[in-house]
Amino acid sequence: MDALDQLVKTFFDWEAMAAVLPNMIMFGLPNTLILAVSSGVLGCILGMVLAVMGTSRITALRWLSRIYTDVFRGVPAIVVILLIGLGLGPVVRVTTGSTNPFPLAIFALTLMAAAYIGEIFRSGIQSVEKGQLEASRALGFSYGSSMRLVVIPQGVRRVLPALVNQFITLIKDSSLIYLLGLIASQREIFRIGNDAAANTGNLSPLVAAAFMYLILTVPLTHLVNYIDNRLRTGRPEKRQPDDAAALIGKGAQA
Amino acid sequence: MSEFASGSLTGKNLHLSFGSNHVLRGIDLHVEKGTTASVIGPSGSGKSTLLRVMNRLIEPDQGDILLDGRSVLKDNPDELRQRIGMVFQQFNLFPHKTVVDNVSLALRKLRKLPAEQARAEALEQLDLVGLKHKADARPANLSGGQQQRVAIARALAMKPEVMFFDEATSALDPELVKGVLALMADLAKGGMTMVVVTHEMGFSRNVSDTVTFMDGGVVVESGPPEQIFTNPQTERLQGFLSDVL
Repeated sequence: MDALDQLVKTFFDWEAMAAVLPNMIMFGLPNTLILAVSSGVLGCILGMVLAVMGTSRITALRWLSRIYTDVFRGVPAIVVILLIGLGLGPVVRVTTGSTNPFPLAIFALTLMAAAYIGEIFRSGIQSVEKGQLEASRALGFSYGSSMRLVVIPQGVRRVLPALVNQFITLIKDSSLIYLLGLIASQREIFRIGNDAAANTGNLSPLVAAAFMYLILTVPLTHLVNYIDNRLRTGRPEKRQPDDAAALIGKGAQA
Repeated sequence: MSEFASGSLTGKNLHLSFGSNHVLRGIDLHVEKGTTASVIGPSGSGKSTLLRVMNRLIEPDQGDILLDGRSVLKDNPDELRQRIGMVFQQFNLFPHKTVVDNVSLALRKLRKLPAEQARAEALEQLDLVGLKHKADARPANLSGGQQQRVAIARALAMKPEVMFFDEATSALDPELVKGVLALMADLAKGGMTMVVVTHEMGFSRNVSDTVTFMDGGVVVESGPPEQIFTNPQTERLQGFLSDVL
C-alpha cells in the first residue's frame, strides 16, 4: 500500500493544492483569462479580415490570406511565442521601457488564433447560400454591405461552436507565456502550479492547475454542444396564434 | 389605374459568355411601361441569366439596357438595382431576420428611413400581400407561398420601377402556387412593369401582354400571348409548347 499512498500523495496532496489556491485565484485565473480573452477578441477581428480577404473576388487578397493562414497554422505555438516574445521583446523595452511580456504574448497568440479563426469564419461565410448575396445585391446593397448585413451574420452564427473550440485552445495555449519570463503577479495558472510543484517536489499543485483549466474549459465544451444542438434544431419559437388555431382545427384568421 | 411609378425597360442586343459558353447571343427585349412581359423557354435557354444581366447582377459583354429610354450601363449598378425589384425561385429571404426586418432592411439602410417609419412602411407592404400578422415571425416558420409573398413585399417596399420574377412559383407546392400568381396578376393589373420568367403557361397566356420564347440564348419568337400560344410560327416553339402544354 506504500506505493499507492506515495502515488496519491504525489498527485492529490490536498494541503499542497490548498496552498497554491489563493495565488491561483488571485493571479493565475485573471491572468489566464486576460491572455485568452484579449487574444480571442483580437483574433476574431483579424480572423474576420482574413476571412473576408479569403472570400474576396480579388485574387491577390485571397492569396495573401492563404499564405498567412498556411504559415501561422503550420508553425507550433511555442515557436511563434518565442520568436515574437524574445525577438520583439528588446525592441519594446527600448521604445516603451516596458518589460511586461503580456502584450507580446497576446500579440503572438492573436497571430495564431487569427489563422484558425479566419478559416472558421471563411467556411461559415462560404456555407451561406449564394442566393442570399444575390437577393441582397438585387435590393441594391453593395457587395460590402451585403456581406456585412446579410452573409457574415449568417455565416458567423453557423460556426459559433467551432469558435468556442478555438477559445478553449487559446485558454490552454496561453500557458506558453511562461517562456517569456514572468514576475510573481504576472504568473498565470500553469506557471503558478509549475512553480509550486518545483519548489515542493510534489505534483499536486500542477494537478490543481489542471483542475483550474478544467473549470474554465468543461463548461465551454458543453456550451459548444448546447449551441450546436440549438443551431441544428432551431430555436424553439413561440407559435403564432393562428398557427395554434389551425392545429386544433379552428379556422385560421388571415 | 397606375399604383406604381413604373417605367419601360429595354434590353438591346445583349451578349454574355461564361468562358466558351455563349449564354446570351444578342437578346432584344422591350417591355412597355406598365405592361407584363413573360419569358418562356426550356431550362438552360438563358431566361434567368437574362434577368440577371438586365439588372446588372451580371454585367453583359455587349449590348445596352435602357430604363425609361435612358441607358443605365454607366450608372452605379447598386443604384440601378434599387429601381428594379427581383423575386427569386428560392425566395432568398434573410433567415436571420424577422419578416418585417426583411422588408424594412433596405428602407433603413439604403433609403435611410428612421427605424419606425421603415417598419411602418414595411408593415404596409406586408398588409398588401396579406401577411401583416406574420411581421414578427421568422421566414423559416412561414410556408413557401407566404415566404414568396414576403419576398415580393420586400422587393415592392423599395418602390421599384420594374419587377423581375425568376420562376417565382417553381419551388412552391402546387396548392401554394395560386396565391402567389394571383398576387403577381394584381401587380400587373396595378400597372407595374414586369418581366416574368415562368413555366406557368396559364399565367403567361392570361396575364402577360407579350410573350418571349427563348432557346439556346436567343429570342426565337415573341409576340402577344394569343399569337404565341395559338399560332406559333417556329418549329422550336411548336415543339416546346407541345412538350409543356
